[in-house]
Amino acid sequence: MIRRLFGLLSGTVIFLLFLFPTNIVAQDEVAGDSLSGSESAMDTLLLKEKTPQPPFNIVAEDVDNDAGEAIKLSWDLSPDDFQDGNVKEYVVLRSESAEGTYDTLGNTTQGIKSFIDNKVEIGKKYFYKIAALNYEKVNYVYLWNANSESAVAGPVVATAQWFNTGRIWVLLTILFISGAIIYFIWGAKSGKSFYIRKIAGIDEVENAVGRATEMGRSIYYVPGIHDMDDVQTLASMSILGRVSKMAAQNDTRIDVPVSRSLVMVTAREIVKESYSKVGRPDSFQDEQVRYLTDDQFGYAAAIDGLFVREKPATIFLIGAFFAESLIMAETGNSIGAIQIAGTAMPAQLPFFVAACDYTLIGEELFAASAYLSREPKLLGSLKGQDMGKALFLIVIVLGIILQFFDVEMWRLFEVR
Amino acid sequence: METFGIWLAALLTIGIISFLYKDNVLYKACESIFVGISAGYWFITYYWDNLYRKFYLGVTDMDNPHRFFLWIAFALGVMMLTRLIGKIGWLSRWPLAFIVGATAGLYMMTYFVSNAFVQVGATIKLPPDFGSVGSYISFGMIALGTFSGLVYFFFSKEHKGVFGGTAKLGIWFLMVTFGASFGYTVMSRMSLMLGRLDFLFGEWLGMIN
Repeated sequence: MIRRLFGLLSGTVIFLLFLFPTNIVAQDEVAGDSLSGSESAMDTLLLKEKTPQPPFNIVAEDVDNDAGEAIKLSWDLSPDDFQDGNVKEYVVLRSESAEGTYDTLGNTTQGIKSFIDNKVEIGKKYFYKIAALNYEKVNYVYLWNANSESAVAGPVVATAQWFNTGRIWVLLTILFISGAIIYFIWGAKSGKSFYIRKIAGIDEVENAVGRATEMGRSIYYVPGIHDMDDVQTLASMSILGRVSKMAAQNDTRIDVPVSRSLVMVTAREIVKESYSKVGRPDSFQDEQVRYLTDDQFGYAAAIDGLFVREKPATIFLIGAFFAESLIMAETGNSIGAIQIAGTAMPAQLPFFVAACDYTLIGEELFAASAYLSREPKLLGSLKGQDMGKALFLIVIVLGIILQFFDVEMWRLFEVR
Repeated sequence: METFGIWLAALLTIGIISFLYKDNVLYKACESIFVGISAGYWFITYYWDNLYRKFYLGVTDMDNPHRFFLWIAFALGVMMLTRLIGKIGWLSRWPLAFIVGATAGLYMMTYFVSNAFVQVGATIKLPPDFGSVGSYISFGMIALGTFSGLVYFFFSKEHKGVFGGTAKLGIWFLMVTFGASFGYTVMSRMSLMLGRLDFLFGEWLGMIN
């Protein structure tokens, strides 16, 4: 009995000695497996919960009325796209084949459901997908991110249009004004006379030139700091032609310091021609029209120096001016010169009005050449432009009245 | 070197400001330095920006399908230089005519749309908060100001009677706008002057910390 009990006990001990360590390891392993298994499952579950549903109804279409430079994408928001929802942003993906590799093109924030792809080539096929993206990041580093992609949209091809139908009203208005101008030019050419109201600044041009002649001093004509690609400089050149002709007739020196090489070339041609027209080609010297510098304030400093040293009797400041306008006008005023200014720069007009004797405000500058020359072509053009203004006046009155009947006429003036 | 730069800038600043007293030798020196350096600076800028970057790099870029067009611009540029050769000097008028014509055509649409068309649309559009007293006044002023301002710029009709009165109202609107703009711009110029004074008394003389 004792031997049996001893045998059972020792057998149990040996059994336990063999099994116990193994069981511990096994338990550990199981425990470990189960732990990691449970975390992974939780992560997967968590990630699944945080993965947003993709957007749907992706529409990719060529943008109308362009030169084939854009494709517009639009979509319905993901059902998870709401405040504190699972969508942080949408990523736009593009490929040149449906099954190919999709590259990231750009992204939009949550709640936005359109995107313009303006990196396209005309005639090339493009496929798009929109991915809804959720993530958490700290200091620009993603802790995790999850996304889901929409179905493929496409192929879409960007095409160019000859006509921008969004600007049809612009075309019609321009046709109306151009037609009026041509009509009145014909009228003027056939001998019809047109009335032009008095423009004080232009009326004084002759007196201003005469004053310089009487005082035996020179005239300075400053054509602004813009190049020949500005309409104000073009208008200024036209007025320069008249002023230089008057100066040449009176045998009064006119100086034209410029800040652009092309303006110098043009002004030189104009002044030279004026001298030739009045039969004094030899009186003109190239140095009368000279280049100073392209730099805005360098030009202003040089002009100020010239004004103070040469003390011209008359100064014309006509063209495109910026911050240097008051510096020049004030210096001209300080030397007692009669000053006639003209610009279409709204921010500089107040300075000219304050410091000059006469100022051509905005469109008066463009009307001046017609006023001075009285050429039928220019007079007709001026009358035609007035018809354009009359049209706009009618539209303003009509548009305001119609607003009160809920007719939004202003929409016709939206230009795409 | 930095100290030298600060001293030079300070002396040039004083030189230019001295013009407020009267024309003097220092101003003449500063003016000449300013004009000479800036003319040289712009020459170099145009050379690198136009001749080198736009033209040379453009025509030597074999992937650029439009590179042959650059030769047209180059030819027009060369034609400008013919002014230096008496007999064929008339050729320089061609690039000028091209620039003036192309610019007038290109800008016609831009100016018409931004300066006329869109402005008319904006004038007749009711403000979003239309209904309040302020919005009535604001909308009325904009509409009346634009209308009367346009009437002032009518050249083919005599400004008398009702038409003349409206034009006079237009010029009043313009003058009030100019006054406001004048004050606003003067304030911005004051800040420029303060910047210069800050440089003189701070960086140069060290009187301001």
